[in-house]
Amino acid sequence: MLTARELRDQIAAGALDPRVVLHELLQRISRINPAVGAYVAVDPERITAQLEERLRHGPRGPLFGVPITIKDNLCVRGEETACGSRILSGFRPPYHATVVERLLQAGAIVIPRANMDEFAFGSSTETSAFGPTRNPWDVTRVPGGSSGGSAAAVAAGAAVAALGTDTGGSIRQPAAFCGVVGLKPTYGRVSRYGLIAFASSLDQAGPITQDVTDCALLLSVIAGQDPRDSTSAPMPVPDYLAAVSQTARGLRVGLPKLPAEGLDGDVRAAMDEATRVLERLGLTTVPVELPHIHQAIETYYIIATAEASSNLARYDGVRYGWRASEFAAGGGSVEPSSAQRGVLQMYLHTRAQGFGPEALRRILLGTYVLSRGYYDAYYLQGMKVRTLMKRDFDAALSQCDVLLLPTAPTPAFRLGEKLDNPLQMYLSDIYTISANLAGVPAISLPCGFSSAGLPIGMQLIAAPFQEATLLRAARAYEQATDWHRRHPAISSVEQAR
Amino acid sequence: MTYEPVIGLEVHVQLATASKLFCGCPTTFGAPPNSQTCPVCLGLPGVLPVLNQRAFELGIRVAVALECRVAETMKFDRKQYFYPDLPKGYQISQYDRPLAHDGHLDVAVNGAMKPVRIHRAHLEEDAGKLLHDPNEPFSYVDFNRAGIPLLEIVTEPDLRLPEEAYAYLVELKAILRALGVSNCNMEEGSLRCDANISLRPAGASALGPKVEIKNLNSFKAVKDALGFEIERQQRAIEGRQTIVQETRLWNARAPATEPMRSKEEASDYRYFPEPDLVPFRIDAPAVEAARRALPELPAQHRQRLAETYGLSAYDAGVLAQSRALGALFEQAVAQYPKPKPVANWIMGDLLGYLNAHGQDPDTAAFQPAWLAHLLQALDGGAISGRTAKALFVESLERQRDPQELMQERDVRQIVDAGELERLVDAVVAEHQKSVADYQKGKANALMFLVGKCMERARGQANPQQLRTILERKLTISREAAL
Repeated sequence: MLTARELRDQIAAGALDPRVVLHELLQRISRINPAVGAYVAVDPERITAQLEERLRHGPRGPLFGVPITIKDNLCVRGEETACGSRILSGFRPPYHATVVERLLQAGAIVIPRANMDEFAFGSSTETSAFGPTRNPWDVTRVPGGSSGGSAAAVAAGAAVAALGTDTGGSIRQPAAFCGVVGLKPTYGRVSRYGLIAFASSLDQAGPITQDVTDCALLLSVIAGQDPRDSTSAPMPVPDYLAAVSQTARGLRVGLPKLPAEGLDGDVRAAMDEATRVLERLGLTTVPVELPHIHQAIETYYIIATAEASSNLARYDGVRYGWRASEFAAGGGSVEPSSAQRGVLQMYLHTRAQGFGPEALRRILLGTYVLSRGYYDAYYLQGMKVRTLMKRDFDAALSQCDVLLLPTAPTPAFRLGEKLDNPLQMYLSDIYTISANLAGVPAISLPCGFSSAGLPIGMQLIAAPFQEATLLRAARAYEQATDWHRRHPAISSVEQAR
Repeated sequence: MTYEPVIGLEVHVQLATASKLFCGCPTTFGAPPNSQTCPVCLGLPGVLPVLNQRAFELGIRVAVALECRVAETMKFDRKQYFYPDLPKGYQISQYDRPLAHDGHLDVAVNGAMKPVRIHRAHLEEDAGKLLHDPNEPFSYVDFNRAGIPLLEIVTEPDLRLPEEAYAYLVELKAILRALGVSNCNMEEGSLRCDANISLRPAGASALGPKVEIKNLNSFKAVKDALGFEIERQQRAIEGRQTIVQETRLWNARAPATEPMRSKEEASDYRYFPEPDLVPFRIDAPAVEAARRALPELPAQHRQRLAETYGLSAYDAGVLAQSRALGALFEQAVAQYPKPKPVANWIMGDLLGYLNAHGQDPDTAAFQPAWLAHLLQALDGGAISGRTAKALFVESLERQRDPQELMQERDVRQIVDAGELERLVDAVVAEHQKSVADYQKGKANALMFLVGKCMERARGQANPQQLRTILERKLTISREAAL
């Protein structure tokens, strides 16, 4: 599969017909998707119509004719956007997310709807109301989550490149599990308008791509301030594509002391090897401390669930999305009893049936930590620890240019392995969560394979708005290795059907 | 034992911005349901609020007018509860750091000044409105109002009497209107009030259990409901019943307050900082500039009118209740420099007319020159008082200068002495019996003859003038007869 940059260059040069590109991609999706479940749904007719429209009227921007896959929580005007949830099924937003609009303005063809954990609540894409996504490297394993559909599609060649969203690792962890590149930008770098909120102070959209250069290309298109998002930063957008071609020699790599508990041996070995590669490339390493990283999981699950419980309150069955059938507008076939008629009953039934178990768990947790009498002990305390974590990163990143960490403590786990053990599931985000709490940019890129042949990802983290530095270091490593050129054997995926 | 009522008021005022607090939707009242909505104020997934700078500025204007301390940082919070008229499941409001706090407002009650401390004033968005059709098993929601900016102004429990609460509301409304921040129309809901009241033994410092009264649709309702509640609580205390902390609804038809919900059922709003809006520092020089740019406030207005024109406190108060009324007065006096009659006409005839027709003094179209022309004509004897009243109403109805109306229809009084003499002579000749009666001492006969003269003049004569002429003539003819 050609990368986005290769495709756009060849399309621009007239060497490739965008119709052929799209046709082949759609065929590949139809072959692979039944086994992988990377997409909730794909409508070839509408996507083809979109391409024809683009060919006739443009715009002919830097992604002209390049198909980009969109996670199911980024609004695409007129297309069903359900966030992996029953409660939003049937919802077609009358607006584009700003990131989608920017892709379209760059000439891209957007391909909705990559599967995801319901409302991005999960690390395995098993909590989607539309069924799980499987890892193309081993279909008995999860692709990670919550952007598992986007990552699996890119890994399996069912997407050229994709957008995901990352609240606690939801771009980086599935990128690591699927052997692709994923970048979570600095909080405020990319507009959140039209990103269906999980945790407003942590959410960021970002690219999931075949290589670092594509990551730079997509970031340069989607980044920048948006008047519709007050939390987007008024910072100039540098030329990220130019950054990736600059040398990384002399950059200082910070190696934080990490909680070793749960860290897989193969992952540890891959990280040690990655450190040696970076040193060989002329980067220097320096030990640093992140003293509060041990509290990352607790802090995250207070702040993220608090915000989620509030953000999900709007799914009440009143205005859009799904409503419990016994309260259907205009009266269902069954005459509701008078007790059922009340609006409170409508709320209770709609939300109890419309949300899956993980969404209900997080709404309950978030409601609890914000309740009178508990706010100070949980939410306020969580915000204080968050401030300490920001200071940790400020201090560590004053001694170095990038931090090197594993993306996830283990390679992809098996479907169902952690579904009934939420705490185990939450621990798979232990290395990614703190970047969200601190608001700093982080990238995951392939750095090896486990003894079982599963991809392993390494994570680089930089200071706020230093994505260019991040991409430079990542590209230097990528050029020196060939992990990103390895692809899962699709024939075995197809056989798995 | 005597009891002292302790009263505090919460006023919600809709700020008169062209667009809503967090989106660009218009705020026009009375538009078809849901015609003024967008993804943001409907709470669709993924959309984000962006603060309307104008609403913030109007909030600052009120804050400095009420001599509040303005917060250093502007920060919003989410107030969370479920209700079908609340699209997001939370209201964007302000919790622990309101826009303004610790202000005050002096209110005149029965000739004395009552200082009322302002506890806080904060910005928040309004909710939508439920529409119930008794013939349908469901209700409708209109989201036109959702997201309209509100300023909630809360007093300290400084009020002691229903009359004080009433006077506070009148004064606050006058200030808000002078500031141009709201039209303060209670029928349209752009000004709403809830009242808190508790009773305690006179002299005690601890507060009794607080009752909140809602559904107060007019200032009079506030006064009446508080009066009712004082009696109810006093009877309850004297009957050794405990007062429960609760919310009660005013039923103006009963008239009585009725229980709505008790404290046990009170919601936990789970406030937390709104993550979609970045807190920002409130620029102190901008607040200073807002303070300097304040228009004349009603208290200053009243004082200036009283001092400059020698008006009574009462007259100055009436004229200063509306900026337009005060301006009309001053401009009319500039053209007809007799303040008292100008004030009387505005307070009596103009306000009477406006009240009778349900019109707002601020928007009434009446030119100061019209009043000046009318009073000049009246002074010069060109028209009668009765004609002047009729002309006044007509000029309001037809939006015309009374001077033009007078010229058009020749309603001027007959002032030519010769013409009046001839008119009186004719009446005297026709009514010899009445003349005789008068000359016999029947005073009523004179009034009859004046009336006949007025009839003949088709109302266009000065009755006092006619009376003088008649008296003179009848005296002469009597002397002649003798």
